[in-house]
Amino acid sequence: MSDLPPCGGDVRQDRGGRLAQTLLMTLRFDKLGVVIAIITAYAVLLAPFATFRANRIVPGSARSILEALPAALGPLLLAIIVGATIIALFKTPLLLRLAAGVVALASLALMIGVAGTFLTPAGNTFARISPASGFWILIFAFTLLLADVLTRLDLSPLARVGVLVVAAVAVGLLLVSGSWNDLSILKEYANRADSFWAEGSKHVTLALGSLLAAAIIGLPLGILCHRVERLRASVLNVLNIIQTVPSIALFGLLIAPLGWIASHVPGAAALGIRGIGTAPAFVALFLYSLLPVVANTVVGLAGVPRAANDAARGMGMTDRQRLFGVEFPLAFPVILTGIRIVLVQNIGLATIAALIGGGGFGVFVFQGVGQTAMDLVLLGAVPTVALAFAAAIILDAVIEMTATKRRVQTA
Amino acid sequence: MKTWAGVLPRLVLIALLVAFLTNPNWFEPLLKPLTENNAPVIYNQGSLLTLTLLHLRTVLIATVAATIVALALAILVTRPVGAEFLPLSRSLVNIGQTFPPVAVLALAVPAVGFGEKPTLIALFLYGLLPIFENALTGLTTLPANIVEAARGAGMTGWQRLIKVELPLSAPIILGGIRLSVVIGLATATIGSTVAARTLGEVIIAGLLSNNLAFILQGGLIVAALAVLIYDGLSAIEHYTARRMGREADGG
Repeated sequence: MSDLPPCGGDVRQDRGGRLAQTLLMTLRFDKLGVVIAIITAYAVLLAPFATFRANRIVPGSARSILEALPAALGPLLLAIIVGATIIALFKTPLLLRLAAGVVALASLALMIGVAGTFLTPAGNTFARISPASGFWILIFAFTLLLADVLTRLDLSPLARVGVLVVAAVAVGLLLVSGSWNDLSILKEYANRADSFWAEGSKHVTLALGSLLAAAIIGLPLGILCHRVERLRASVLNVLNIIQTVPSIALFGLLIAPLGWIASHVPGAAALGIRGIGTAPAFVALFLYSLLPVVANTVVGLAGVPRAANDAARGMGMTDRQRLFGVEFPLAFPVILTGIRIVLVQNIGLATIAALIGGGGFGVFVFQGVGQTAMDLVLLGAVPTVALAFAAAIILDAVIEMTATKRRVQTA
Repeated sequence: MKTWAGVLPRLVLIALLVAFLTNPNWFEPLLKPLTENNAPVIYNQGSLLTLTLLHLRTVLIATVAATIVALALAILVTRPVGAEFLPLSRSLVNIGQTFPPVAVLALAVPAVGFGEKPTLIALFLYGLLPIFENALTGLTTLPANIVEAARGAGMTGWQRLIKVELPLSAPIILGGIRLSVVIGLATATIGSTVAARTLGEVIIAGLLSNNLAFILQGGLIVAALAVLIYDGLSAIEHYTARRMGREADGG
């Protein structure tokens, strides 16, 4: 009784209290926002925004945001960063946070290109401008904000792929428009445009081709292991042991047998099988891919409810019909998870193929490490990370869609 | 009976590994056919034993650091204070796993220079993810009645964590540590591309001089270490799981 508002009491006081309350609500700190604010404060105040180097391998000198941008744009970028950070710092509506993250990331992406043009002395082709730690930390901070918003929005699988496509198109437009052309990584690209795409297609062919081969061999092997229990433990053990052999060793070890095949089996050399190069890399990736495919096929098939199998048997389905009509569709999301693991892992491992002459983006990474030219390392590493990331998001979405579809159908 | 059949091959493997590391020359005749033009059979630019110990040290340092940080983070996001970070941390772990080790390694070089440091950073980052993920699973799937009982017994949040939640999730957390150690053992070999002193040095020397014996001995030592450590940690895991009455269900 006592906590009821007094009837006919002072309404104005009540409204004032509520106003103070809403003000307090709007001013409540967001915990992640505090973390983001600390990170951005460090990046803006203490870390360099861009690095200027007289040529591609000498150590560089740091430039802050105000030094790196033309007179009006520096303060503008600072204002955008401060504004977005304030929105992140307090508890604000999700859509506002989304807008803040997108605007901050977009302006950072645009401004680093402007900084590249602004800092390059006219007519100088040796100078290299690259994004420095402050830039990367700011990108990280606002990506964190964006990731948090996207996680909280709980997007549908298709919407997530949509976000990915929008981001990819935006980066693609920036690249095509040439606004990043004065940045060091793109200068490295300009010197190697042809080999970049050649190595890139080799990289993708290696990763996808070995996945395809692993699926063609691994799926029947997994089904066989599911049916024949005695086979299961030994096959999985062998595949497990293959996984423990370090990748560079496995790549190297395959050089000898493949070299032998090339020189002793007629026609093998004509097919492109050689001791060094793509063939051992392909086989190594294939061997690493087998375990996740086989193991997930076995786990997926084992997880098929007994009732579903019994019902299928009761309907008079043959073994083959049961496999393709019941077991396989039910196990599909789990098998697809195995494929996702393999694809992401292969995209990463394909970089190592460069060590044995197998090509791929690793060529730039290892050349760059050898020449201590970090822009060259980035030229190899950034597309690899982007490919792996995109593959993970797309396959996660597909897995979720097949899993929910199944649930809807069975419900 | 059954245990002997399982233990014996491992004992043989340990004996072979120790023999190879201390007296590699005994194995020279075995590896000799793999070399050409009288190339050296056993790695000759450093002792295999020293490299193995350095390799293990690198993995150990990275794993200990990763365990401390991952566990602290997992505890933080499963407390009321950090609950807000739980969904985000899940997506971050997912994203982090897509970074290829070579890329992490190469990108760490400009920040810290060549040698052991970039390798430690890459191994640390790579080790974080499985441990964090497993600790999260362990701490969020505790039987509710036990946690309730602990609360009913008047335990404070801190006591519950130390005496109930952590011991109960220990097997699952150990599973994460095991995964991260095995990944680390293999990834550390790649560290030699940025001049870290690990067994990768032997393999890379073999790749550069086309010496199959080097590649084989480097690769096999790492594989043997991985198999033995994997088994050892699995055994500890099963032991704690039995003690906690919680059979480890994760791979």
